[in-house]
Amino acid sequence: MKCDHCENEATVHEVTRKNGVTIEKHLCEKCAVSGGVSIEPTSPLAEAVQFALNNPPVIATSVSGSPAAEKVSSCPSCGLTFSEFKATGHLGCPNCYKVFELQIAPLIERAHEGATHHVGKVPKRLLGGANVESQEAQSVLGDLEERNQRRITLRKQLEDAVRGEQYELAAKLRDQIAKLSGLGVLPPDQPGLAAQG
Amino acid sequence: MSMGSSLPSYETQTEWLRGTGAESDVVMSSRVRVARNLAGFPFVARASHAERQRVLETCRTRILAFGTREPLVWVNLHECAQAERTLLVERHLISKQHAKGKPQPEKAGIPKAATRTVDDPRGVAIEVPGERVSIMVNEEDHLRMQVIRGGLALAEAWNEIDQIDDGLEARLEYAFSPRFGYVTACPTNVGTGVRMSVMLHLPGLKLTGEIEKVKRAAADMNLAVRGFYGEGSDAAGDFYQVSNQTTLGKAESVILHELQNEIIPRVIEYERAARRMLATKRRASLEDQAFRALGVLTHARLLATDEAMQTLSHLRLGVVMGIIQGVDVATVNHLMLLVQPAHLQRVLNTEMDQDQRRAARATLIRSRLAFKGC
Repeated sequence: MKCDHCENEATVHEVTRKNGVTIEKHLCEKCAVSGGVSIEPTSPLAEAVQFALNNPPVIATSVSGSPAAEKVSSCPSCGLTFSEFKATGHLGCPNCYKVFELQIAPLIERAHEGATHHVGKVPKRLLGGANVESQEAQSVLGDLEERNQRRITLRKQLEDAVRGEQYELAAKLRDQIAKLSGLGVLPPDQPGLAAQG
Repeated sequence: MSMGSSLPSYETQTEWLRGTGAESDVVMSSRVRVARNLAGFPFVARASHAERQRVLETCRTRILAFGTREPLVWVNLHECAQAERTLLVERHLISKQHAKGKPQPEKAGIPKAATRTVDDPRGVAIEVPGERVSIMVNEEDHLRMQVIRGGLALAEAWNEIDQIDDGLEARLEYAFSPRFGYVTACPTNVGTGVRMSVMLHLPGLKLTGEIEKVKRAAADMNLAVRGFYGEGSDAAGDFYQVSNQTTLGKAESVILHELQNEIIPRVIEYERAARRMLATKRRASLEDQAFRALGVLTHARLLATDEAMQTLSHLRLGVVMGIIQGVDVATVNHLMLLVQPAHLQRVLNTEMDQDQRRAARATLIRSRLAFKGC
């Protein structure tokens, strides 16, 4: 793509929205600098958080009986209010993640490349050989749906790795799936969802 | 325990400064840090003084009971002098924020009790003499532990911190959410709580003007690029820290693989290509820059920190490219630490104003580089 102002290749792309109008600029580095467009990369994560804080998700707010109706204003454990969170970007205690789950989930999703669930290490001590269907284990591991979600994410990453011929990564992911399955953290494989590669 | 003689002296060559690790012509160090919080306590900024004290005591005793490869020394940061804390920041053992004791600016709506002061109970355990491991207690999260290694060694650093985490997890109850994983004060760290970063020396890309492209590409890949002293610091001496920002939805092994096997090797190759191009097409200016740096460092009478860092960076490039003989990378790396203000005051064992420091810095560098490379 050519620069908006000269014949050079455009390497700086700025998209802004003002009063509902989207303005796109495509510039070469030189014109970007002289035009006052920052070519310093901004942190996409910080930006996403700030954006999410300034633009609370409007999804489902008008649907009756939707999760939005259950939004709460303060955490019973630590007293943090959602507006305090918005002011600082920090939650008050572990329980805030449960209390404000509906409000913060979309924000977290945007900040973490669309991820909705944790994948990776889990505290072994809390597993302690407990039956995964027990209440205690479920409080740590999540219910079957959450564990399924985790398995789907890992499987997808594994498939991507195999497709991209990243065999070292694929092996690591397979090890992880086997390890978590062995601990009971992942639900058993279902027919038709066999491992790739 | 106070710092006193139990901590390494400024002269100690920490492992990551030796310049011996993999790809050390470009990679200064690799660091993996893990954020954890205790169940049953508010996060640090929300905790009362008494709660912070309890978290500190609980963590301190468990950390010291747990054995690392080398002994751990505990430092109560709220009881030590500002200069000592700055020294630890300069050695990359604690964050600036942990030294200050203020995790966030005072803002409307936060109870006064929750804002922190310099006296807030907080500490750090440091592995000595290697200084590979440091575990901060009551930083932004209850526990922030890191392993730092020389060269490109993220896998080794991750394995080591993973074991330490397992050891502490057996003694402490971590806050964990089935959906979000290890919960942290800031939702940007939630999930694995893992931040892997690599400190890269990129003077070649700086000289060829391609550094901005690398920074933009890194931002596109959801990576953070920061300076020598992390968040908010500039790229002193052409050093750039590249780290993952996404901590949720990716297993530790995936984060590791992406950085160690895919992204960082490409940046290293890009930097080496820039150096090769400079060596063939702009040989004279490359040599000029290296020898000018040596000239300044061995003859200047006044040097500010920034100038010293930039000049040492040019010297480092000259050394690793074989242009400057008789100076080793370890000496240059070590000088980059010694020229920092708190280190300088420690070396000279006296408090100095800025002008005195500039003179002392120049003298120190001259003495360390005397008769070398000339």
